[in-house]
Amino acid sequence: MSGVTKSFGDKQVLRGIDIEVAAEESLAIIGTSGCGKSVTLKCLLGLLRADGGSIKVDGQEMIHAGRHQLEAMRRRFGMTFQFGALFDSLPIWENVTFRLRQQQTMTRQQARDLAAETITQLGLAAHVIDQYPAELSGGMQKRVALARAIADKPEILLFDEPTSGLDPITGGVIDRLILDSVRRLGATALTISHDMASVRRIADKVAMVHNGVIIWCGPAEEMDDTGIPEVHQFVHGLADGPLTLAAQAEARGH
Amino acid sequence: MIAFLQNIGRTSLAFLAAIGRIALFTAAAIRWTFVPPFYLRQLGRQILDIGYFSLPVVGLTTLFSGMVLALQSYTGFARFSAEDTVATVVVLSVTRELGPVLAGLMVAGRIGASMAAEIGTMRVTDQIDALDTLSTRPMQYLVAPRIVAGTICLPFLVLVGDLIGVFGGYLVGVYRLGFNPSVYLSRTLEFLEFSDVTLGLIKAAVFGFLIALMGCYHGYHSGRGAEGVGRATTNAVVSSSILILIANYIVTALFFG
Repeated sequence: MSGVTKSFGDKQVLRGIDIEVAAEESLAIIGTSGCGKSVTLKCLLGLLRADGGSIKVDGQEMIHAGRHQLEAMRRRFGMTFQFGALFDSLPIWENVTFRLRQQQTMTRQQARDLAAETITQLGLAAHVIDQYPAELSGGMQKRVALARAIADKPEILLFDEPTSGLDPITGGVIDRLILDSVRRLGATALTISHDMASVRRIADKVAMVHNGVIIWCGPAEEMDDTGIPEVHQFVHGLADGPLTLAAQAEARGH
Repeated sequence: MIAFLQNIGRTSLAFLAAIGRIALFTAAAIRWTFVPPFYLRQLGRQILDIGYFSLPVVGLTTLFSGMVLALQSYTGFARFSAEDTVATVVVLSVTRELGPVLAGLMVAGRIGASMAAEIGTMRVTDQIDALDTLSTRPMQYLVAPRIVAGTICLPFLVLVGDLIGVFGGYLVGVYRLGFNPSVYLSRTLEFLEFSDVTLGLIKAAVFGFLIALMGCYHGYHSGRGAEGVGRATTNAVVSSSILILIANYIVTALFFG
C-alpha cells in the first residue's frame, strides 16, 4: 500500500498509508481505537474504495480494479472478523465451507468432511459441525471463523482483532492456531490488534498507525526501542503520554 | 430567514439523496435477480417464510374484514332497500381493494420488519462484509431471493385471502343477516369479473415487491448497534406501508374502469 487515503465526508481517516508486506511475512498493524486500522484492512480488500494512493497485490493494482478483477483477487484472501461474523442461519459446516459450496466445487458430504477435518485441526470436536454459531462460546466462534478463513487454502490471511474479547489462555491458543495455520499454508498474514502479547507472538513485523499515517514500521523485536513516544506509550500500555483518550475520541469524530 | 431557507434546502437535498439511493438500490436489486448464480435454497426459505407462515395473519385479517364489510354494507344499503347487493359489494371490495391492501399491510408488518432486522443485524455484525470476502455478492445472495419471493408470494396470499374474506361475508350474510345461501353465492358470482381478481393480484405483486425492497434497503443501510437495527426495522415498516397506499392508488387509477 502506498499513499492510501480515505475520507468519510469531511473527515480524513487515512492520510497516506504506506505498508509493504513480503510473501509469507506476518505483519501486525497496531494503533489506538479509531486510528484507521480497520479502514486500512477494508480498503485492502476493496470493501471500501480508497480515495487515493495505490494498493498492489503481487503487482496488481486493486484501487481501480473492476468488480470481476476484485472478486478474483478476493479469492486469494481469507479473513476473520473481530466478532467472527459467522452466518447465524447456517450450521458450522456450511459456514466453514461457504466459499467452496458457493463455487459448487464440492458435494454436501465432501463439504461436511472438509469442515470436520478443518475444525478438528483447530482443536474442536467433529460433532460441532452440526451446531449453529449461537450455540458456541466466543473462543469456539473465533476458531470456526479461522476455519472458514483457511478452508480453501488462501495465499493471504487477514485477521481483525483475532483475540479481542477472549481470556488470555484462549487468546494464546488462538494465536498458536493462527501461527500454525499461516505456516502450514505458507500464507502471508496481516493482523490488526490491540493485544500486544498477541502481536509479539504472531508478528514478524509491526506497523503503528496514528492519525491516519504509519508512524513506525519495523521488526517486532524492535518495537520496544523505537524512540517514538507514541509507539512506546502504546506498546507498554502507559496511561500518560502523547496518546490521550480525548485525542482518540476526536479521531473517532466524537 | 436565511437559517430557515438553509433548513429547507438541506431537507430537500437529503430527501433527493435518499430517493437517489433507493433508485440505485432498486436497479441493482432487479439487475442481480436475473444474473446467475441463483440461490434457490435462499429463495425457497423466503417463499416458506413469506408465503406459508404469513397465511394465518392474512387469513384472519381478511376473514374478519369480510364479515365486518357484510354487516356495514347491509346497514347502509338497507336504508334504500338495496340489501340484495351486499354479496356483490363484499366480493368486489375484497378482491379489488381490501384483500390486497390488508394483506400487504399485514405482510409489511411481519415480513418487512423481519427482513430489515435480519439484514440489519448481518450488516452490524460484519456478516455482509464477510459475504463479500467469501466471493458472494450480498445483493444476489440476500436481496434478490427476498424480492423474487415477495413478488410471487403476495398474489398467492391475496388469492387465499380473497376466498377467506368472501367466505367471512358469506358467514355473516347467511347466518346473521338471513340471506338464502344459494342466492348469496349466485349474487357473489353474478357481477364478479375476471379483471376484478387480476387487478387485486397485480396490486399484490407490486406490494410484495415494495415490501421486500424496503425491508432489504433499510436493513442493508442499517446504522450501528441495536438502535440502528431498530430504526431500520421501523423505517422498513413505515415506508413500505406508505408506498403500499400510494401504489394502491396508482395501480387502481391505471386500471380504472
